Amino acid sequence: MSILFDGLSLGAIYALIALGYTMVYGIAKMLNFAHGDIIMVGAYAVFVTLMGGGHIALAIGLSVIICVVMGVVVEKFAYKPLRGASPLAVLITAIGVSYLLQSISQLVFGAEPKTVTIASLGTVSLFGATISVSSIVTLVIGAVIMAGLTLFVKKTRTGRAMVAVSEDKGAAMLMGINVNRIITITFAIGSALAAAASLFYLMQIPSVEPTLGSMPGIKAFTAAVIGGIGSIPGAMLGGVMLGVIEKICLSVPVLAPYTTAVEFGLLIVILLVRPIGLLGKKRREKV
Amino acid sequence: MALLEVKNLQVNYGVIRAIKGISFEVNEGEIVSLIGANGAGKTTTMQSIMGLIPIKDGTVTYDGKVINKIPGHKLISMGMSQVPEGRRVFQELTVYENLVMGAYTQKDKKKIKEDIEEICTRFPRLGERKNQIAGTLSGGEQQMLAMGRAMMSHPKLLMLDEPSMGLSPLLVDQVFDIIKDYHKMGTTVLLVEQNAKKALSISDRAYVLETGDITISGKGEDLLNNEQVKKAYLGE
Ligand SMILES: Nc1ncnc2c1ncn2[C@@H]1O[C@H](COP(=O)(O)OP(=O)(O)O)[C@@H](O)[C@H]1O
Ligand SMILES: [Mg+2]
Repeated sequence: MSILFDGLSLGAIYALIALGYTMVYGIAKMLNFAHGDIIMVGAYAVFVTLMGGGHIALAIGLSVIICVVMGVVVEKFAYKPLRGASPLAVLITAIGVSYLLQSISQLVFGAEPKTVTIASLGTVSLFGATISVSSIVTLVIGAVIMAGLTLFVKKTRTGRAMVAVSEDKGAAMLMGINVNRIITITFAIGSALAAAASLFYLMQIPSVEPTLGSMPGIKAFTAAVIGGIGSIPGAMLGGVMLGVIEKICLSVPVLAPYTTAVEFGLLIVILLVRPIGLLGKKRREKV
Repeated sequence: MALLEVKNLQVNYGVIRAIKGISFEVNEGEIVSLIGANGAGKTTTMQSIMGLIPIKDGTVTYDGKVINKIPGHKLISMGMSQVPEGRRVFQELTVYENLVMGAYTQKDKKKIKEDIEEICTRFPRLGERKNQIAGTLSGGEQQMLAMGRAMMSHPKLLMLDEPSMGLSPLLVDQVFDIIKDYHKMGTTVLLVEQNAKKALSISDRAYVLETGDITISGKGEDLLNNEQVKKAYLGE
């Protein structure tokens, strides 16, 4: 029971990060490998604010703002000039940005991990099991954010424009949609979700270092691919699946050392059976 | 006065010169068609006018303003609209949502609803399928949807790229009837077609495009009787 809860809340974290990968992929048709490092930036923002004596609410606000600015700046200066360039060039640039962000934070904060205590929330008893409050908070807020995002995409003018751009940029432009603006908004949303993920991550593992974003980044990317890259519900499903599987594996002593192998194994199996991912759609690319 | 004036337009794909400096104009209230064989450069011309493909040289003037440097999405609120080659309706959205996308530049929600109703009356098949996913429509229905969607922004200049492509003769007639209707309602039309006979018969004027150059131009009815055009494009 508590494993399930922990798994679901870890899954919510992966899902929030996976949404950033999948939305950017859906709209800009690129793999933003620096996305994981935005989480790291968000975590350092929390660390610095709390160190400076700031309230946790201020830390959350600053973290979101800094992540959004970072995501938009990276898009504008690193990716936008490469629009229309070969996917390989874009991919290598994204990897470069990832290393750049990690190196900068190492220069500023040093390589050794720093402890961040966000307030210990303790545990509660639920249905006879002991469940950490941070898991519940993560799960509930994560679910609210994802429901909000789904509504935003389905109901708002900008959300519909995102769907149009992800399907056919040229046709979207012919509707009068400013495609570049939609891409910027997508990066901003993805980064805000990464900021939220960084907070939940710190609630589980209260330590920040320059490479903090790598592992959750890769796991979330895996989740996005499992769910079908480009698909928003797919990213949510993939994230939750991966989180639950990870916690289950970790709780079984024989499996625990092979947790990551099991996760990537699952990815391979799913891609063999269904190359477009669980909820992915085949789509044709046009001008 | 010319609503659209294209002067010495050149477009390249890498080193390939697809459009080699063509000039033509569309006057307010006209139907003008651009006819030519497959690969002549018709789509390239249409897309470069809307800013979907960069222009190498030349000027495009719309409503007295040079629009070469204006981002394509801004042209829609200026009154230009294009039904692209291959229809390109949003496959994952419903018929209704596609029409709403067409009204992206329109602000008045009530008016948008009325416009959609109007289109559903004009195209009863779309009306019956309002909530159907556009990707599951037949080719003819998708063409109707693409045309309805392009009209949602109330264009002054409607540009259509091979609207009759891949349609049965009956549907082709319907498409041309709709173009005539929209024209009667006051819309200026630039039409690109391989179906030269049909296009010329509804056009005030026409241009023949051959491998990136305009080779013949004149009144629609004159071109229908032009020996060269007859031989090359009308199969007579
Ligand atoms: N994306 C592209 N890259 C390179 N060449 C292209 C591209 N699109 C079209 N062409 C070439 O440009 C020429 C004109 O094509 P197009 O404008 O599509 O003709 P049409 O619409 O009259 O059939 C053709 O020779 C075609 O092969
Ligand atoms: Mg064409």
